[in-house]
Amino acid sequence: MGTNRLNSTTELKLKANDIRQDLIHMLLAAKSGHSAGPLGMTDIFTALYFHTASHDAKKPRWEERDRIILSNGHIAPILYATLAHAGYFDKSLLSTLRKLDSPLQGHPHMGSLPGIETSSGPLGQGLSQACGMALAARMDKRQRVYWVLMGDGEQQEGQCWEAFMLAAKYRLGNIIAITDRNLIQIDGTTENVMPLEPLADKYKSFGWRVVEIDGNDMNAVVSALDEARAHALANAESAPTMIIADTLPGKGVSFMEGKYQWHGKTPNADEAAIALKELQDARAKINADQ
Amino acid sequence: MTDINFATNPAMKLAPDLFAVEMAKNSNREGWGRALADMGDTNPNLAVLSADVSGSVCTNHFEKKFPSRFVQCGVAEQNMASVAAGMALEGKLVFFSAYGVFSPGRNWDQIRVNIAYNNLNVKFSGAHAGITVGPDGATHQAMEDIALMRVLPNVCVLCPSDEKQAYKAAVAAAARKGPVYIRLCREKFPIFTTDATPFEIGKINVLAEGKDVAIVTCGVLVHEALKAAKNLAAVGISAAVLDCHTIKPLDVNTLVTYAKKCGCVVSAEEHQINGGLGGAIAEALAEECPTPLVRVGMTDKFGESGSAAELLARYGMDAAAIEKASKSAIAKKAKNKKK
Repeated sequence: MGTNRLNSTTELKLKANDIRQDLIHMLLAAKSGHSAGPLGMTDIFTALYFHTASHDAKKPRWEERDRIILSNGHIAPILYATLAHAGYFDKSLLSTLRKLDSPLQGHPHMGSLPGIETSSGPLGQGLSQACGMALAARMDKRQRVYWVLMGDGEQQEGQCWEAFMLAAKYRLGNIIAITDRNLIQIDGTTENVMPLEPLADKYKSFGWRVVEIDGNDMNAVVSALDEARAHALANAESAPTMIIADTLPGKGVSFMEGKYQWHGKTPNADEAAIALKELQDARAKINADQ
Repeated sequence: MTDINFATNPAMKLAPDLFAVEMAKNSNREGWGRALADMGDTNPNLAVLSADVSGSVCTNHFEKKFPSRFVQCGVAEQNMASVAAGMALEGKLVFFSAYGVFSPGRNWDQIRVNIAYNNLNVKFSGAHAGITVGPDGATHQAMEDIALMRVLPNVCVLCPSDEKQAYKAAVAAAARKGPVYIRLCREKFPIFTTDATPFEIGKINVLAEGKDVAIVTCGVLVHEALKAAKNLAAVGISAAVLDCHTIKPLDVNTLVTYAKKCGCVVSAEEHQINGGLGGAIAEALAEECPTPLVRVGMTDKFGESGSAAELLARYGMDAAAIEKASKSAIAKKAKNKKK
């Protein structure tokens, strides 16, 4: 880890709060995109980039870095905001999200921005690519950790299950997948649109090691990510790890929390003002609780 | 019209016994498979993936020699394409193959986003393409794969004509930066090129000179086109035969040169005439040099079971069909001149 490692829970919570505020500014300026998923995943992205993962914003192609692959590309705003905070590029670019000539494409494009391991958008393809990366690393006898951030709705794509099988067959223990179990997708709740449960049992039956956490509890997130990384390094040829992270979509903005209607929608100016006020109040509380 | 002698272009160094009945035959997939196994010796960075059809698509030669660099993905072509992308992202030179109807038929999205959009060093073949896969029937006859791959930015599309050219195509694909699609077939066809026959991506091989009609063809119909040209010569028609093994990037210069020289063009392929080689030629000629064109290929239909030769005859993709199309093209040219 070469970039601004934060060790205390308070520092990480404050960083997550800063990133959430930037998300609101970005989404307001972009006028289109996804709000609920990025806000729900902010704690995990913060813990990953500012605490657990080994990476260096000054050397984005550093050979030994942890690879962080975003499979559900539509939550790109949280990837962009986190990368900017980590120092991969200037934060002033965040306001250009989805605009003509911006490197911040609506869905991530490899090559447009440092820190993006692959392009993504069409769902269900990230884990497969991580499998290929891990197989290549094994052929070259290199020790690497591969993180794959996946949505829950995207696992209705059959390709995910093809990849779960392959990762287990080749015992790609250096893969750590994190499922954002926020229970929502565009048309409604996952269990109404196409039930995924019993999800943990499915992963287990596919030969995966499963860890379940509250994805918005910073202490729980940090300890789960740290444990998973240590396990991956020590057991590169074993069952891959799946972290099921229960998250609240829209986390931190009361009127978005838990609402599938905010999956693919952005706040207007009035809504953004309320959201920012709530996040600023939350920030004051984190400081007060310290 | 008087009889004229048919001769191939000596610079192409084709097999001397070009039309002999007992000519050596093999499938072009075998050439691709041999090339992979040979390249594995010199390039330790080369890796190969298959989807439960390793023996059929001839990646088993590589698998036997280099098991640790071979990945068996099972019957999961979408996953295979994305796994290949992941390996290329980590610096591997990756080859994968399955039947054309499944790859690129089933995994077009994965090829588009993971491989083409990222512009990765992944080379993939669709084997058992075309109607000559025969008895398996329409479900297994990839008649649309050229069209599917040709529209993707960054993707180079090759369609080798025989076993030797398929070998050269695989080697050239490895040397080229970025994604390359190679179309292969199952049936054994005459090996009519030699080791000395040139092969350069993006450069049409002029196999025979001619002045009345230019036959532009690819894949297993190239040999049929040569037979057609010989038969046409016997009735006094001078047909140029152009092996357009690279459908993208298309060799527009050579195409236009022969369109101007001959005044009419025939395209010939075992693929839908819409979107394939015929489509590519129609687009290029319309923009650069509008010329009467007759397209030989599948005419917006699905195939059926039968032997390769029976099906080529039934659906009008054999030497006889190319001869007929050549005469039609010449008639179109004459009609245009009268106007």
